[in-house]
Amino acid sequence: MTSDVAPQTAIDLLRRMERIRLLEEAIAERYPEEKMRCPTHLSTGQETVPSAIGVALRRDDQVFSTHRSHAHYVGKGGDLGALVAELYGKAGGCCGGRGGSMHLSDRSVGFVASTAIVANSIPLAVGAALANRLLGNGRVGCALFGDAAVEEGVFSESVNFAALRALPVLFVCENNQYSVFTHLRDRQPAGRRIHEMVAAMGVRTVVGDGNDALAVLAAVEDAAAHARNRKGPVFLEFATYRWREHCGPFYDNDLGYRTAGEFEAWRARDPVARLEGELVSRGDLDAAGLRSLQESVRAEVAAAFDVAEASPFPPAADAYRELFVAQDGMPSQGSHTE
Amino acid sequence: MTARSITYAAAIHEAIQTAMTLDERVICYGLGVPDPKGVFGTTLGLQEQFGAERVFDMPTSENAMTGVAVGAALAGLRPVVTHQRVDFFLLAMDQLVNSAAKWRYIFRGEMAVPLTIRLVIGRGWGQGPTHSQSLQAWFAHVPGLKVVMPSLAADAKGLLLASIADNNPVVFLEHRWLHNQAGAVPEGDYRVPLGKAAVLREGADVTLVGMSFMTMEALRAAEHLAGRGVTCDVVDLRTIAPLDWDTVLGSVSKTGRLLALDTSWITGSVAGEIVARAATECWEALKCAPQRLGLPDFPVPAGYSLTRGFYPTACDVVRKVEQMLGRELGAEALAIPADEHHDVPGEWFKGPF
Ligand SMILES: Cc1ncc(C[n+]2csc(CCOP(=O)(O)OP(=O)(O)O)c2C)c(N)n1
Ligand SMILES: [Mg+2]
Repeated sequence: MTSDVAPQTAIDLLRRMERIRLLEEAIAERYPEEKMRCPTHLSTGQETVPSAIGVALRRDDQVFSTHRSHAHYVGKGGDLGALVAELYGKAGGCCGGRGGSMHLSDRSVGFVASTAIVANSIPLAVGAALANRLLGNGRVGCALFGDAAVEEGVFSESVNFAALRALPVLFVCENNQYSVFTHLRDRQPAGRRIHEMVAAMGVRTVVGDGNDALAVLAAVEDAAAHARNRKGPVFLEFATYRWREHCGPFYDNDLGYRTAGEFEAWRARDPVARLEGELVSRGDLDAAGLRSLQESVRAEVAAAFDVAEASPFPPAADAYRELFVAQDGMPSQGSHTE
Repeated sequence: MTARSITYAAAIHEAIQTAMTLDERVICYGLGVPDPKGVFGTTLGLQEQFGAERVFDMPTSENAMTGVAVGAALAGLRPVVTHQRVDFFLLAMDQLVNSAAKWRYIFRGEMAVPLTIRLVIGRGWGQGPTHSQSLQAWFAHVPGLKVVMPSLAADAKGLLLASIADNNPVVFLEHRWLHNQAGAVPEGDYRVPLGKAAVLREGADVTLVGMSFMTMEALRAAEHLAGRGVTCDVVDLRTIAPLDWDTVLGSVSKTGRLLALDTSWITGSVAGEIVARAATECWEALKCAPQRLGLPDFPVPAGYSLTRGFYPTACDVVRKVEQMLGRELGAEALAIPADEHHDVPGEWFKGPF
């Protein structure tokens, strides 16, 4: 079923995954320079789901994300220079340096925002869906989150409301088994299948291999069509694995919270290498085509760092602006004030 | 009891360990409590020592797990629950404010909620708007909650042991920039009574009131001012609620000048409350308008250049004192040099974490 993905679509998917991989590798390499003075949650090993979301959703569908935000932003097509500049705290950052790594936004591609409190942005995607329904704009809201977010009350509350109103929203869970150092077994009962729990709440659910890019793409396309056709929300759970430490550029398997064997088994299932191989064997790309795709992404990444380096620091006075909107937003009919 | 030099984080660890040894009704849980980093080292080894029934990790469910702690406390346990940022705990305000704080009162004193909630506050390294808030004023505003903010390592231990022993809900706020500071800490069951401020330094001219990390800035400023012939009382609040008004107002009555320092936004702050009480109760003694220093009323940005100057330092304290006394006291000597990082307390504190 995945072989009917058009070559251009498959290459688009791969390009997004390469962007995430190469950008995150560059961040990891340059983080010790101490110019990116903020926490960073890298998604190395988890490139698939964010990229498939970017390909499958429309540009104006609204995506909301988490602390592990870079990949989600890049997958949806967010501007790389504005991302790296944000990590540098520069004026050219997507939040002008106010947000840092965990607060990203590029509304020109429908990446509304990422926020740093677990499960915080899930109901916002539901709210976007509520607005989409009322405005009749045909858009779909999408919340990306990890396996720990489903433990928060606001997750269940959000799913319940979305199901109740059959809202056009996707709940996308990247299940990497861990919340910081804590494995699922210490947070959720043995035998729990998150998608089964959610299915019991009355929404359609999908479960899949989060490192199989073409399959993830097909699943997200299907789910988006379902939501867009007013059939209600969809919850998608994809199994994947974070290679590096929870927060920061290093590997931390030496700490003993997970085994080298587990890590190696997942690394052997590298989703980027897998899709590269599939596209070559499908004939979408030859070895030279793949090399040139990687080279052009490398150039994009290098350019993004150049943008960040060249961008000035915002003046300190910039911290003291834009707390409130000055104008009212509702049309008036000769209203009067006191 | 002998004292030796250990860090604030180690002092907290020792307090929990001591409490758990003294009383097997004490339990300890929170995100990451038994993990390899052990909440900045403060819970390392506790699960090995006291077992997984009493020391455990929890689901990412702050609100429910706070309610669970309230229920367990009502049923006879003495929970110590930790959160790595106060910001994460905001999900649990319902259980704290609507249940824990009011239980004793509503049910006519028949039930008690012996509960300690450890919350980490802090700043720096681009943690930004939702990872570096300091919300003691919210907690202090709610009748029925005790609020503790230690500055020194010894007090971190003594106040935490007293908090766990207390039969009321206590919110215990630890500043991340203090975790690495060492000080002489007594061994054993060392308790510091809640509701008592400490006068860390005595003087005649100005009362500096601080809490948590701001007490460190007050001490630096007082040291500098002493060299210029201005002596200060430095009052370390230690407990925010109930606040030790006798000590604070006694000092203000003596010096006639008050500068209250806060780790949080100035509007609606604890410092504002101190200024108000001083103005209403020490009016006759005041030689100049009581003053306060805190954060500007804006969310804390993440960016390096944006946070420069955001947090008041010892330099700002001296500047304020210059205004109060109407003379120059060399505040600039305390300014953070342009080539020094303002967003870390030292080399030990660096992302990622
Ligand atoms: C309400 C809240 N609690 C705790 C945290 C601290 N925290 C940040 S990320 C994280 C792990 C979340 O795990 P998961 O949702 O599985 O996402 P992953 O990091 O695996 O991508 C935690 C506990 C937080 N940011 N917000
Ligand atoms: Mg996870």
